[in-house]
Amino acid sequence: MDVLLQQIINGLVLGSMYALVALGYTMVYGIIGLINFAHGDVLMVGALTSWTLIGWMSSAWADMPGWLLLLVATLIAMVVCGALNYAIEKLAYRPLRNSPRLAPLITAIGMSLLLQTFAMIIWAPNPKSYPSTLSREPIEFGGAVISVTQITILATTVITLAFLMWLVNRTNLGRAMRATAENPRVAALMGIKPDVVISATFIIGAMLAAIAGVMWASNYGTVQHAMGFMPGLKAFVAAVMGGIGNLAGAVVGGVALGLIESLGAGYLGQLTGGVLGSQYTDIFAFIVLALVLTLRPSGLLGERVADRA
Amino acid sequence: MMNTKSGKLIAFLLGAAALLLLPILLQSTGSNSWVRIVDIALLYVLLALGLNIVVGYAGLLDLGYIAFFAVGGYIFALVGSPHLTDTFPAIAAMFPNGIHISIWLVMILAAAIAGFVGIILGAPTLKLRGDYLAIITLGFGEIIRIFLLNMDRPVNITNGPKGISQIDTISVFGLDLGKRLTIGDYTFQPVTLYYYLFLFFVVGAVILSYRLQDSRIGRAWMAIREDEIAAKAMGLNTRNLKLLAFGMGATFGGVSGVLFASFQRFVSPESFSLMESVMVVAMVVVGGIGHIPGVILGALLLAGLPEVLRHVAGPLTEWTGGRLGPEILRQLLIALAMVVVMLIRPKGLWPSPEHGKSLAK
Repeated sequence: MDVLLQQIINGLVLGSMYALVALGYTMVYGIIGLINFAHGDVLMVGALTSWTLIGWMSSAWADMPGWLLLLVATLIAMVVCGALNYAIEKLAYRPLRNSPRLAPLITAIGMSLLLQTFAMIIWAPNPKSYPSTLSREPIEFGGAVISVTQITILATTVITLAFLMWLVNRTNLGRAMRATAENPRVAALMGIKPDVVISATFIIGAMLAAIAGVMWASNYGTVQHAMGFMPGLKAFVAAVMGGIGNLAGAVVGGVALGLIESLGAGYLGQLTGGVLGSQYTDIFAFIVLALVLTLRPSGLLGERVADRA
Repeated sequence: MMNTKSGKLIAFLLGAAALLLLPILLQSTGSNSWVRIVDIALLYVLLALGLNIVVGYAGLLDLGYIAFFAVGGYIFALVGSPHLTDTFPAIAAMFPNGIHISIWLVMILAAAIAGFVGIILGAPTLKLRGDYLAIITLGFGEIIRIFLLNMDRPVNITNGPKGISQIDTISVFGLDLGKRLTIGDYTFQPVTLYYYLFLFFVVGAVILSYRLQDSRIGRAWMAIREDEIAAKAMGLNTRNLKLLAFGMGATFGGVSGVLFASFQRFVSPESFSLMESVMVVAMVVVGGIGHIPGVILGALLLAGLPEVLRHVAGPLTEWTGGRLGPEILRQLLIALAMVVVMLIRPKGLWPSPEHGKSLAK
């Protein structure tokens, strides 16, 4: 029982990080129909930036409390990632908006590789240990353990999602984003500037990815230039699973994928009599993707037709 | 002048002579490393030509192509190394001298199995296009790599992350390419012998690609690429044709895998990472998707240039205190090539002249 509860907690934590990244994918895909392969690497840039900042700040102000360090580092990482993603969109994706579909996709893959390479040059390729800024004391919870970091991750995700929902559903920018996603041409006729909306979408997506990156780093305790690619891919799977272009779907898909992975990793060994172990965790996401795309291509909550892909 | 028949013939003969003499020239520098670079570049040409069938002709973006390369490599590794007989006494009893099947048989076997795997993996993706197809093929590529990485337990088949070593060299008609060959007082190094083998396969692949392109099947693939619904309406069996494209492309991958395994005499899952798939896609796209000379150019550029850089970038590496090491430079060059070429020439460096329409829409 407590194993089950523990895996559910781990799955929720993992899933909420996937959800934040998946939102970035789904918003960009909803508006310009591009899989931004570099999105996972924006997460990595966020994590590495915060790592550097925490290192600097903790040596400059030794008596700064851990949570404040983390908060300041996260905010600055969000700004850095937002600016980075804005620049990427402007330089690499915007000129290709009307070219054959393959061109922006290849550019996005190249951009992902480029970000990883730059990260390797700036931060060197070795894995670095991420300082734990929050209390390491685990909390007993119905036979399972949950760390302060994990609680913070869950709480931050809920707050971020609430803020995003408010932004998308209640503000003018949000309305413009929804209108552009639905029909860019008509939206432009109504006085919405598509370029501004697209830039805003990339910036918001990058900020969510930066938050997820800091969470990922705090939860697993290491940062490295290649850390973003797998979470990025899986978040994309989560976005497809929930119905790409659908914000609530991205969250549902993210949490569901997190639970599938963590329960799968916990029980795969028992189920297959030890033949397949938890080292096969990474393939769940792809099997889920194959199943979703064959059985229900529009995703769990999606109304969008997958025909655009 | 080149338009006349004799002009073309002269150009062809000069080109052929240059290709045949190249390794001998490179070998005369005294080190084998340049010939090795050219050998590896030829393998990439073979891979890129195979992927070009899937991506260029049929318009199906496959980001897991390296998996078929891995299948071919591991098949040759298993039958051509002592690994299986060492691990399984039953197999050792069946083949007391090791398995060592004829290379041609292995080649056919690898091509068939890789093609079959290609069809199996292609089947669930038939309805998908563009981006979704890219992600799911990427996933399949990763799944195969993860299996190769972990199939050392509970039964040791792939030897896990350690990989399989002591793989046989290829013998062609009794001539062992792994040994030096001395004719008169001239000695051919093994890398040079492999060069001729790879060149033979590349020429075969080029001829096959051209024949396919002009064939009924090739034209059907291009029809699917340009407009799948219209192609279907014209009575083409798009399902079978797409599967055929996957299978055919995978066959090329499998054959290159066999060549790679015997050339390196070692395979490990590390050689078949996602990065390699991306690299082959980059070669096809940067060169000129669907255009054979373009694809060859792309493969040679992306495979050759980083290796050349590796040799000349010593001062740069030193100057940056090891930060810009050869591996990083290689990756930087590939990434920049992908981004910059797509921005400046979205159809590739040497695109096919006739199709102005969108590829893989």
